[in-house]
Amino acid sequence: MILLWLLLIPTVGGILTWIAGSQHPDWPRWIALAVLAIDLILALTQIGPAVASGHTAWIASLDLPWIPQLGISFELNLDGLSLVLILLAIALGLASVVISWTEITDRVGLFHANLLWATTGVIGVFLALDLFLFFFFWELMLVPMYFLIALWGHERRYYAAIKFFIFTQGSGLVMLVAILVLVFIHQHATGHLTFDYLALLGTRMSPSTAFWLMLGFFLAFAVKLPAVPFHTWLPDAHTEAPTAGSLLLAGILLKTGAYGLIRFVVPLFPDAAHAFAPVAMALGVIGILYAALLAFGQNDMKRLVAYSSVSHMGFVLLGVFAWNTLALQGVVLQMLAHGISTGALFILVGALQERIHTRDMRLMGGLWGAVPRLSAFGMVFAIASLGLPGLGNFIGEFLILLGSFRVSVVFTVIAAGGLVAGAAYALLLVQRAFHGRASPSLEAARPIDLTTPHLAVMAVLVLAIIGLGLYPQPIFDQVAPGLAVLQHNGASSVGAPAPGPQ
Amino acid sequence: MSAAAFAAFAPFTLLGAVTIVVMLLIAVRRDHHLIALSTIVGLLLCCIALPLAAPASPTAVTPLFVVDGIVFFYSGLVLGSALIVAILSYIYLEGSAQGPREEYYLLLLTATLGAAVLPASVHFASFFLGLETLSISLLGLIAYASPREDAAEAGTKYLILGGASSAFLLFGMALIYADLGTMSFASIGALVHAGGPPDRYRLVGVAMILTGVAFKLSLVPFHMWTPDIYEGAPAPITGFVAVVSKIAVFAVILRYFILAEGHADASLRAGLAAIAILSMLGGNLLALLQNNVKRLLAYSSIAHLGYLLVAFLAMGSLGIEAIAYYFAAYAIMTLGAFGVVGLLSTPGSGRDADRIEDYRGLFRTRPFLAASLALMLLSLAGIPPTMGFIGKFYLIVSGVGAGLFWPVTALVIGSVIGLYYYLRVLVAMAMPVPAEHAAPPAAAPLYGNAVIAALLVLLVVLGAYPAPAITLIRMTVGSTSW
Repeated sequence: MILLWLLLIPTVGGILTWIAGSQHPDWPRWIALAVLAIDLILALTQIGPAVASGHTAWIASLDLPWIPQLGISFELNLDGLSLVLILLAIALGLASVVISWTEITDRVGLFHANLLWATTGVIGVFLALDLFLFFFFWELMLVPMYFLIALWGHERRYYAAIKFFIFTQGSGLVMLVAILVLVFIHQHATGHLTFDYLALLGTRMSPSTAFWLMLGFFLAFAVKLPAVPFHTWLPDAHTEAPTAGSLLLAGILLKTGAYGLIRFVVPLFPDAAHAFAPVAMALGVIGILYAALLAFGQNDMKRLVAYSSVSHMGFVLLGVFAWNTLALQGVVLQMLAHGISTGALFILVGALQERIHTRDMRLMGGLWGAVPRLSAFGMVFAIASLGLPGLGNFIGEFLILLGSFRVSVVFTVIAAGGLVAGAAYALLLVQRAFHGRASPSLEAARPIDLTTPHLAVMAVLVLAIIGLGLYPQPIFDQVAPGLAVLQHNGASSVGAPAPGPQ
Repeated sequence: MSAAAFAAFAPFTLLGAVTIVVMLLIAVRRDHHLIALSTIVGLLLCCIALPLAAPASPTAVTPLFVVDGIVFFYSGLVLGSALIVAILSYIYLEGSAQGPREEYYLLLLTATLGAAVLPASVHFASFFLGLETLSISLLGLIAYASPREDAAEAGTKYLILGGASSAFLLFGMALIYADLGTMSFASIGALVHAGGPPDRYRLVGVAMILTGVAFKLSLVPFHMWTPDIYEGAPAPITGFVAVVSKIAVFAVILRYFILAEGHADASLRAGLAAIAILSMLGGNLLALLQNNVKRLLAYSSIAHLGYLLVAFLAMGSLGIEAIAYYFAAYAIMTLGAFGVVGLLSTPGSGRDADRIEDYRGLFRTRPFLAASLALMLLSLAGIPPTMGFIGKFYLIVSGVGAGLFWPVTALVIGSVIGLYYYLRVLVAMAMPVPAEHAAPPAAAPLYGNAVIAALLVLLVVLGAYPAPAITLIRMTVGSTSW
């Protein structure tokens, strides 16, 4: 039942905040904080059993009839992988509420309602094990996100919001068709109509069918991840979204793509995924380098961070399709570290924009003198983003490279070059924005430094990223049983290790 | 006729009686409130009578009609939709002071009568009579005395094109009768089943019937009239045309195909698939170009009928259920959308609130109506947690189950295109209020909002938990042997 509560609390909380918004602008903020805090505590209580779990990887599960006529049930299952991602989602949700305190002053109730509903949708995606339910949440999380961008975003928000929606919805429909074909193949073989993931695992089909179905799933997840060449919605969506929107997008929504790849694509279609691995890994490597190059060329600070996000997700794609324990552990850590570091950078860009009303780095410079705390945090997360040892991103990228080295030396060597490119754009960001001489207009503006709520959020995020960097073992312990089961399911019958250009 | 047949047919008899009572009432006393109220109460009674009178097993009422689960479901949908249209019409007409308003309800009732008997028809005669009763009443409703010039234009267009489509239909029926010598669906089916491949007479006949029906369902390439009539007609009537007439016509052609044609002929299926694909793509693409919300919804309804054809092609028990569920969803979301358009309009002003600019800033000026319209549009786009999502899912299930590759592809592409124009309206509603709108429009009456709220609750509840609706469909539409 606790899984249902995880979903119900933010849903109902969203309705409450919407209603409360008409009473007083601060009520929705407090309600949202309280709701997410309760949800976080609820999720934290689940940490214990997973570590002890030996035989089965599920920490908690729930199965209620939903549309029995079509073999669809309301089936939720929590394993270590889902749990850490849910914790990240709720924590970043909390951060979004705090950092929107002064930024969002218009229709506060509706804003927080959308924020909570987006979080609900994401938690649902991480929990759902019925393919239809998964698709339901997959689509459901788009709507509040769309409203967050379209209603509270920046200059070109309508364009960005529609582009975001169409990209994700279109690829989602392709996945739906793939899901249905899979379900009908299974029904044909067993005479049993079901959308249950566990039942559908190991469905036998011809290699070419499996390949096309795998591609249908892959498309949806690659758009969400995003992988080059499906990434073009992301810079627009990130740039135009309000800070909390960017935070949710980077921190949580992108993770659903990676999660889908790990949970569905490889285990459901192991052989096809192994055959496709070289292509997917190549896309990952191209993404790492190409997005880093684009990030390097941006003047808009938010766009730079957005492209860096694409680059980091390239590592995730590489790691998933390397499909061994090291790489997968790296992927999980990369997701968490990316959520924290990129999220923090978005918060800082948002805070800067609130203060100096621009994101254009050509108009910045010398910020360190004006806003030392903000700049210092900016520096910390920029170097986290470039993969400095001791911070979380390093562990993630290092493990991914270590894992993929066993599968493909060539891709790994090229991908490692991405670390250099990452250093280039991250340091460029620090240099252009924080160092140098302050422009006269900037001095005239006299921006105030980060205030206590922002500082608190930043402090927590810094501690988290350092914690991930110095002692990641608890995370590995948490996700290990779940990953082991997934790896077992995803083991190619053709024979491991996966074929790749050696 | 046996007593059982009388009892089974009682809701339709009642509807006829209500029509006559309303007519007499108009003769006695011209009072808009009274007439509207008696119409609404009459339709409500019919809605209540329908489940009470529903027979346990299919009951033949003369050779023309049969009353069974299909009738219960589709006629119920027709009557319920007509009831909502009647309430919305009352609010709409209350706003316009000019001209006689009472005969409107008379026409509404006769149109509903024609539509309600269509799902029960198992004979060309009742098919045609029901359709003509519906169409001729609609003609009056579309052009109903209003200061708007485009209403007269729309009425004339509907008259001419509707006449042409009826001619096609009649000719097709005549050809089949000439070929087989019977007009009853079941006997046609038996003869077709016994005889070998279709001869030319019958094939041309079926094609002509389909042409006539495609006019009424506004499928590409027979859709030309749709946007003009949707734009010209008063908003509640647009809802009626979009929902009631389409459901009724689709139900009867579905019954005809299952009883008489058996989906045997490959060329027929190929033609239907082509029409479906053209409607899905054409409707959605043309909707992209619209700046008028009523025209936009007109093109979107073309696309939605195309989606429904996918399930029609798939047939089987899944397809039949999918059609029933989708029509329930379609009725709710389309009536909701046109209901909001009607509530926002001031009928005396010469046009409805149908330009996209009229919707700018609606989220601030009329938050409830804006949120309702947003949900209706999201449902039309097939986004959870609404009935439109489950409905579209059901259609894709039936299409994939039957291995209809191209129609399903077109459905997916059409849905993606469709998303863009639905979101455009949403975006307009989210924009800041334009400066010239100093005073917000007058608030809609409470019961108008209540109707929309009721539709909204159905849309979301049955969208999030569709099992009861599917059970009902299985009990009525699914269990009946067509």
